[in-house]
Amino acid sequence: MDWSSSLQGLAGGILIGLSATWLMATLGRIAGISGIIGNLITARPRGDSAWRLAFLLGLISGPVVLMLLGGGLGNVAGSGVDVTGEVIGQPAGGVPLMLLAGLLVGLGTGLGSGCTSGHGVCGLSRLSVRSLVATITFLVAAVITVFVVRHMIGGGA
Amino acid sequence: MKTETLKTLMGYVAGLIFGLGLAVSGMTDPARGLGFLDLFGGWDTTLMFVLGGAVVTNFIGYRLVLKRPHPVFGERFQLPTRTDLDGRLIGGAALFGIGWGLSGYCPGPAFASIGGLTLPLLAMLVAMVVGWFLARAIPARG
Repeated sequence: MDWSSSLQGLAGGILIGLSATWLMATLGRIAGISGIIGNLITARPRGDSAWRLAFLLGLISGPVVLMLLGGGLGNVAGSGVDVTGEVIGQPAGGVPLMLLAGLLVGLGTGLGSGCTSGHGVCGLSRLSVRSLVATITFLVAAVITVFVVRHMIGGGA
Repeated sequence: MKTETLKTLMGYVAGLIFGLGLAVSGMTDPARGLGFLDLFGGWDTTLMFVLGGAVVTNFIGYRLVLKRPHPVFGERFQLPTRTDLDGRLIGGAALFGIGWGLSGYCPGPAFASIGGLTLPLLAMLVAMVVGWFLARAIPARG
């Protein structure tokens, strides 16, 4: 186990938890990314968009702020020494694979009412059974997918 | 400042802290997500620490916050009330897991990575929005 990476993961995780608590304390909302951004874009009639848009802009500016601060505070895995400390990593596949993945992620989080943040972080914190079942389901599906792609088909992602 | 302005500001602060958390933890690199999901390769446990740190922090946070009668800038806490397990929840979660496994991105990290936008990431974001519209078009049964 890589302890420096684990510690950065723990530090980042605590920040994510604080963000979720902050959003509940101030606006009374669940910090689920697919819900916040999905509703911002697809909800009709519109309403309640200001804080959602502001959240999205904040989400985008977080990593940018970290890049501007410099000092190698990122935790990109990468494969070479030259990427150590970088903030934003590169996609694992080309446009066709990412189109398919995006469609599945959008459709799946839309139907299942949540993603890693809504079900994983917020739902598990509330001891929600629905969120626990959803989290186990998407983790298992993702592990199987990676196994098939990397170890059965070989190559690719 | 007007309440609406303050609410917007609170949303921005929440997003900013969330984005910083994703960046510090390395979740803005799909290789971290894929490394965690690949149990049979060189297992990267970083994501486990991220999720664990977030859940424990927020579990304590929610305990403190939800004791209050209402949020600072709102009339009530808007918590999900459903408790049933249906096909939409489980099927949706399974589809999401496949997409996550193919790309290494879940929605948070994908949108948080816009500062380093690439063509494949843009393709994923556009397709994700299309997926959200499609999910809305599929009516819930019953």
